[in-house]
Order: sequence, then C-alpha cells, then structure tokens
Amino acid sequence: MDKPMNTTTFQPIAARPAPINTEGPVAWVRANLLADWKTTLATLLIGGVLLWLVPQILNWAIIKAVWVADYDACRADGAGACWGVITEKYRIIIFGRYPFEEQWRPLIATLLLTSLLVASCMRRFWRAWLPLLWLVVLAAFFAIMYGNTLGLSKVETDRWGGLPLTILLASLSLVMSFPLALLIALGRRSNLPAIRSFCTIYVELIRGVPLISVLFMASFMFPLFMPPGVNIDVLVRVLVGITLFAAAYSAEVIRGGLQAVPKGQVEAAATLGLSYWQTQRKIVLPQALAMVVPGIMNNFISTFKDTSLVTIVSLYELTGAMSLALNSDSNWRPFTIEGYIFIALIYFVFCFSMSRYSHWVEKQVNKSKLR
Amino acid sequence: MADTKTSSPIITFDKVNKWYGNNFHVLRDIDLTVAKGERIVICGPSGSGKSTLIRCINRLEEHQQGHLTVDGIELTDDVKAIDAVRKEVGMVFQQFNLFPHLTVLENLTLSPMWVGKMPKKDAEEKAMIQLNRVRIAEQAHKYPLQLSGGQQQRVAIARALCLKPKIMLFDEPTSALDPEMIKEVLDVMIAMADEGITMLCVTHEMGFAKAVADRVIFMDQGQIVEQNNPHDFFNNPQSERSKDFLSKILGH
Repeated sequence: MDKPMNTTTFQPIAARPAPINTEGPVAWVRANLLADWKTTLATLLIGGVLLWLVPQILNWAIIKAVWVADYDACRADGAGACWGVITEKYRIIIFGRYPFEEQWRPLIATLLLTSLLVASCMRRFWRAWLPLLWLVVLAAFFAIMYGNTLGLSKVETDRWGGLPLTILLASLSLVMSFPLALLIALGRRSNLPAIRSFCTIYVELIRGVPLISVLFMASFMFPLFMPPGVNIDVLVRVLVGITLFAAAYSAEVIRGGLQAVPKGQVEAAATLGLSYWQTQRKIVLPQALAMVVPGIMNNFISTFKDTSLVTIVSLYELTGAMSLALNSDSNWRPFTIEGYIFIALIYFVFCFSMSRYSHWVEKQVNKSKLR
Repeated sequence: MADTKTSSPIITFDKVNKWYGNNFHVLRDIDLTVAKGERIVICGPSGSGKSTLIRCINRLEEHQQGHLTVDGIELTDDVKAIDAVRKEVGMVFQQFNLFPHLTVLENLTLSPMWVGKMPKKDAEEKAMIQLNRVRIAEQAHKYPLQLSGGQQQRVAIARALCLKPKIMLFDEPTSALDPEMIKEVLDVMIAMADEGITMLCVTHEMGFAKAVADRVIFMDQGQIVEQNNPHDFFNNPQSERSKDFLSKILGH
C-alpha cells in the first residue's frame, strides 16, 4: 500500500473489522452496565446486593410463604411470610368495625364513591351537573352507610372504618379544601387589609400546629365549647379539621402560582373591562394553577396518607382497622408486617394513580405552551 | 400648534400630579387636552413619565392631584366611572400581554363574551373581522406563543379593537420587536389612524410620528416640555432638552 498508486495493479485493502454492535442486548449491556471501570464497579456492587437480596425476598414472600389461614403453620420453623393473616382478616382490615353481616353496604358505597372519583377525573364528565352528581352520590353514600332508612339497620359513624372511611375522608377533604384554598390564596393577595390579615393568620396558625393536634381539638376539645345538647358528629368534626388543615397548605402552593402570573396579564384584563372575579377565573387562576399542578398533587397525596392519623381519635380507617384486626386477636398478632405490606399496597395503588393522573393533567394544561 | 381638529375635547388633564411612593414625583402639573380623533405621539427619555401619563387615562395608574376627564367622565376612585372609561379606551402594551393559555380567537372573544355578554358566534364573527383587518386571520386557532412578536402585537391590537374603543393607547408597541417586525405593526397602526380613532402613542418611531401624528409631545422629568406638530417639532425643536433628545435618536 505504500507504493504509489499508478505503478501497481489494483489491490483491495484488507476488510475492516465489523463495527461494534450498537443495538441488541449485548450492546445495551456494554453501553449501560460496563461502559468504564466506574460503571463496571457499580454494576458489580449493585448486582451482588441484588443477587443476595432478591432470593431472600422471594424465599420469604413467595416460596416459603403460608397462604392459608393457619396460624400454627405460620409459626412453624422456617416459615416465610404469613399471607394467611390477610385471608383470615381482610374483611376487618378493609371494613373496620362495620358490622360483619352488613359489610356489603360499605362495599357498594365505596364502589359508588370511587366510580365518581374516577369519573370526576375525566374530561368528558366536566359538566355543570357534576357537582350535583357529587351531592347525590354523597347522599347515597351516607344513606347506605348510616342506614336507618329503607329497612337498613342504623350504623353509627364511629363504627365506620377501613378503606371506605379512608376514601371518604380523603375525597371529601380534598374536594372541600381546594375551593377554600383558592379563596385563601386570593385573600392573601387582596387589597383589603382585613381579608389579607385574616387569611395570613389562618395559614400561619394552621401551619404552626401538627395535624394530630388539629384532630385532637376537633375530636375532644370542640365538644366542650358546645352548648349542652348540641352534638356534632365526630366524623364531621374530623372531616372539617382535615379540610381546614389541607386548605392552608394548598393555599400557599396556589399563592406561589398566583405570584408567577405576570402583572401585565391583570392589566390587560383590566383594560378589556374584566371584573376582579372574571380576571381571576378566566386569566389568573388558569395560568397559576397550571404552574402548580405538581405541588397541588403533592398535597393531595400527602393528605390522602394523613387520613391515617384519625386513628388517634378512635376512627379506624385503613391503617387503624389493620392494627385493630391484628391486635385484637393474639393468634395473629405476630404477623403485623404482612398486614402492613398489604395496606401499603393499597395506599400505593391510590397514590400512584394520583401521581399518574397529575402527570396527565400537567400535559393537558401545558398544551398552549407547545410550539 | 397643530390644531386642525379643535372639536370637542375627549381627554382633559387639568393640573394632574402623581407620585410613586412619597418622593418620586412622576407627573408634574400635567395640562393636556386631546381633541376627538386627534393622533398624538408622546416621546421623551426613559423615566420621563410618558408611560405613566397614558396609563392614567385608563386608570392603570391613579393620579393623586388634579382632574382627569375622559369622554366626559372624571376618573376618581369610583369603580363605575373606571369601568365606563375602560369601555371607551383600548390599550396595547410593549409586552403584548396576550393571554398565553387562550387561542388567538379566544383572546379576542373573551371580553365581548364575558363583559359585553355577546353570544359566542357573534363574538367570533366580529373577532375574525378584526383579525382580517390586522391580516392575521389564518392564525386564529393558534396559541400566542406559537406566533412571532410582530404577529402577537397585531393580535393585541385586534383584541383592543374588538371593544370598539373611541380612544386607543399604545405603550411603546414596537419596542419589544425585532426590527423587521416593526414595520408590520406600524402599518396596522397607520391604517387605523386613517379611520378617525383617537390615538395616543408612546413611541420612539419618528417615522410613524411624521406619517400620522397631529401633534408630538415631548416629556422630560414628569413634565410636558414641548408640544408641536411633527414637522416643526423635528425641524425646529424649541427647548434644549428636546434638541438634545432628538440629536440622540435621529443622530445616526
């Protein structure tokens, strides 16, 4: 090849080696797991931990697990997870102290409410009649759960529990706290000093105390201030407590969004003759809320999980019902880990759905920003 | 002075004073009478109070002293009076201030539908007429951020025109635009000027001032220093400040 071209006959150059694969599993492993010595080391370390951990988890959770409701088998040496505790106790975990024979009622009520929640998330149901539907479904929920009509026996609210209570507390407090939060957020930016200070004090007071103490006050102290004979149901008091609490946090998130809307937007709306409320509703809030979807959803998810705190005022929602179910039965008491994993899965399903929904909402509201 | 149209005044400033905070005196003893149909260009160095002056006309800023009357209505804290004035006054901003979450068409129909209670179909028909006027009808269903700056400003002008204002205020309408887009906006404004609408325009586009203005007002430090017809103002400025200013903006 070194010789000048014109003096030799044509000689093909040696075939080059085939290029390194850039597709397929081998290439993927090379690019992502073994790119350089640092990556390789990390791969080995993490791989080693997984190799050690995964079999143990599988062993405990599946291979050696006991699936039947037999607590002697669960206590046997070498037994893995005792899923039998779920088989045995799932009805108490899910429905709490609600009378056993009547548990079809919370089942139906919960299905109703959950369907409504799912429907409310869909654009095609965002109609003027949706709030009305909410009132109807809530009335049905209370009628079915409380009974005392239509030949249903009466079940006091302090016996409601488990998942139906969790869903009721979460959905109602979220639905009520959101409009309240909007008003407080707008109030904190009001030109009227009285409204502004009221909203500021409200937010600072609520943020200054833990939810547990709000629930305590709602549950134990509030009745002391009531005139004798006046009795507001504990469920209602707790619901109001959670709502007020969640509203304060959401209000601050929304206020952050309001501050991010440029002043020129309000000025343009003013020159077009829009009133204060028209401006907020049509111009400011749509833009502000679009910016704070992640923050709002963060609050929603945390409120959903915070409902587990109502246990301390003797309302046995999902978490409370779980400990109630296991602690009241010494045979099954050792298997709380399995119980907690079970309810953790339920919480996860709900929270993960909310998170995915938030993702969808973000995409919807950001359509106008796409070029 | 350029007073070919000294018919009835539509805007009257009578010894208007305004302060920002306690000590920044932004408008000093403004006396100004604008005749119906008059086209005025306001210029001056930045911070001279020219934007504040026109923003007082639709009460985006409030004055603290003196009387300001627009179309026979005195501007006070009375919300009804402010609403009445805003019905007659359209405004175009430097930063366009289109509503980014609404389409171009929705930007135009918002006020007619919600303030004017016009049915959606009528509002959209009227909006399309205005969009045609600013030659941008084909963009009606896009969002503002999908348009160029010049297109956005033309949409903003169309939005203001949808309310059939008697007075149009322009607050540096071309200052945020790339040079090649300035002309398309000025062309629309010049076309408007021919239709007899009262215009007050804060701008440094002296070509525009020469083409359409009946009167040029020069402001400095919160005062109206000089006012004259464009020909005399540009060729024979009276005060030192305006000579200095003109030499800077026309100098090169």
